[in-house]
Amino acid sequence: MVPNANSSVISAKALDLTFQTADAPVHALKDVSLDIAQGDFVSFIGPSGCGKTTFLRCIAGLETPTGGTLTVNGMTADEARRARAYGYVFQAAGLYPWRTIAGNIKLPLEIMGYSKADQNDRVARVLDLVELSDFGAKFPWQLSGGMQQRASIARALAFDADILLMDEPFGALDEIVRDHLNEQLLALWTRTNKTIAFVTHSIPEAVYLSTKIVVMSPRPGRITDVIDSPLPKERPLDIRDTPEFIEIAHRVREGLRAGHEDD
Amino acid sequence: MRKIFPVLTVVAAIFAFWYAAVPFMNVKETLTGLERAGAVVVPDNPIERRDASSFGLVLNNSFAIPATYAQERPRLPAPHQVAQDLWKTTVMKKVTSKRSLVYHGWITLSATLLGFAIGTGAGIILAVGIVHSRAMDMSVMPWAIASQTIPILAIAPMIIVVLNSIGIQGLVPKAIISAYLSFFPVVVGMVKGLRAPDAMQMDLLKTYNASDNQGFWKLRLPASMPYLFASLKIGVAAALVGAIVAELPAGGARGLGGRMLTGSYYGQMVQIWSALVFAAVLAASLVLLIGLAQRRALKRMGLT
Repeated sequence: MVPNANSSVISAKALDLTFQTADAPVHALKDVSLDIAQGDFVSFIGPSGCGKTTFLRCIAGLETPTGGTLTVNGMTADEARRARAYGYVFQAAGLYPWRTIAGNIKLPLEIMGYSKADQNDRVARVLDLVELSDFGAKFPWQLSGGMQQRASIARALAFDADILLMDEPFGALDEIVRDHLNEQLLALWTRTNKTIAFVTHSIPEAVYLSTKIVVMSPRPGRITDVIDSPLPKERPLDIRDTPEFIEIAHRVREGLRAGHEDD
Repeated sequence: MRKIFPVLTVVAAIFAFWYAAVPFMNVKETLTGLERAGAVVVPDNPIERRDASSFGLVLNNSFAIPATYAQERPRLPAPHQVAQDLWKTTVMKKVTSKRSLVYHGWITLSATLLGFAIGTGAGIILAVGIVHSRAMDMSVMPWAIASQTIPILAIAPMIIVVLNSIGIQGLVPKAIISAYLSFFPVVVGMVKGLRAPDAMQMDLLKTYNASDNQGFWKLRLPASMPYLFASLKIGVAAALVGAIVAELPAGGARGLGGRMLTGSYYGQMVQIWSALVFAAVLAASLVLLIGLAQRRALKRMGLT
């Protein structure tokens, strides 16, 4: 079944997650409800400990919520993980040093049992998507940090999952590289029409990229504000100087501050 | 050149110390010989000399110092005597001769290599089991550690005798003792290596819904290579020690261990030293070979 536009591909209702630790239980997520529609670009923003990464890991089936319901493509998160419904991009590129860039992108394809010819086609296609076509035969150490992260995005795209989950993928990169990658990511999102969930702690990055910005706050981790961005889908970098952009950024900042006043 | 200089300095210091020690170690036997040949030594009473300190004897009979370096059966042979004996027993003898160190070295080396192969194989298999099964982690690891606390000198004769009684002798029992010493560093290194991938790497495979098998071949095994090579270097040196120790109770005076044993039976210290030096060079060469393989393999894997 092809999910039609505006149907929700990720749906969380009253999600709770408590980690049992040695001294005291940690309430990582409390009463988190959110719907993400097909084709959305959703950013999760908040201070560390607000549960944004934990929520992303719940969607990925890497953590199991202790309460509430969560569906991904109409299945439970774990079923969706087994069905390889998403590509996940971590903060570190995590490329295997003993494999070339092309070899790294083949990793999920080998695991999922694609044919050799199909593997090569897909590698060529996603390398083109992230503008690394000339670097397939290079080893990770021969690439800059930004290029490595692009390769890891290509790896997540290679098996055509409709959902892309990204956990602070550009957090370790400098501002200039990050701007460039943000632009590329938007272009990629426009071309592929994927649903993207993106964790960040940068307000400009969240506002620039997203159709929906989810502001979270810590102790316990919860959603304090959900902002539907009025910005158009076409976004040149200088959109960040427009009054609309600044207004949304301001609202995000207010949301973050409100979360802290509860302490 | 800059690398070789510190090495040469240490070698020079060892040689200086060695040469300085020779007169004191050999002085008593040397004086006895010289006295028999008619020289005047101080003191001239053999019993007094036996109880005297070597230090005093050398001081009082400084004329005898050159002779201490040229003894037929020195208590401590000088480096050049060992070198001469090494030359005589390696280059000047046919390799099939029972007096050739190359012949004995090959006997020891073949047991070492077989034992090293068994030990490495067993070590890797145990490590894989330990990493994949919690039960094996709990049960095997303590025994592996305990196995290394038993002195090899105590267990080697038992293994030789037990295997001999069921008709296995020659190369195999020595290789087993060799393997007994060399499997342990491989187990420890491989367990650490197979567990080297971090949580993020394991999570990545989980997002692909990869099986344990795929995780092993695609991630754990390649990631463990640097650890494996480090272990192999220790393992091969231990394997050689194991083979030599195994030759002591094996009898037959074959192999480098056999040479050392017959040397001590007949008071031939030069022979012991020659076998010792030969074994050391052999061990160093084996470690060097693995080092070369390591550099090539890890460079190709981009892990250096």
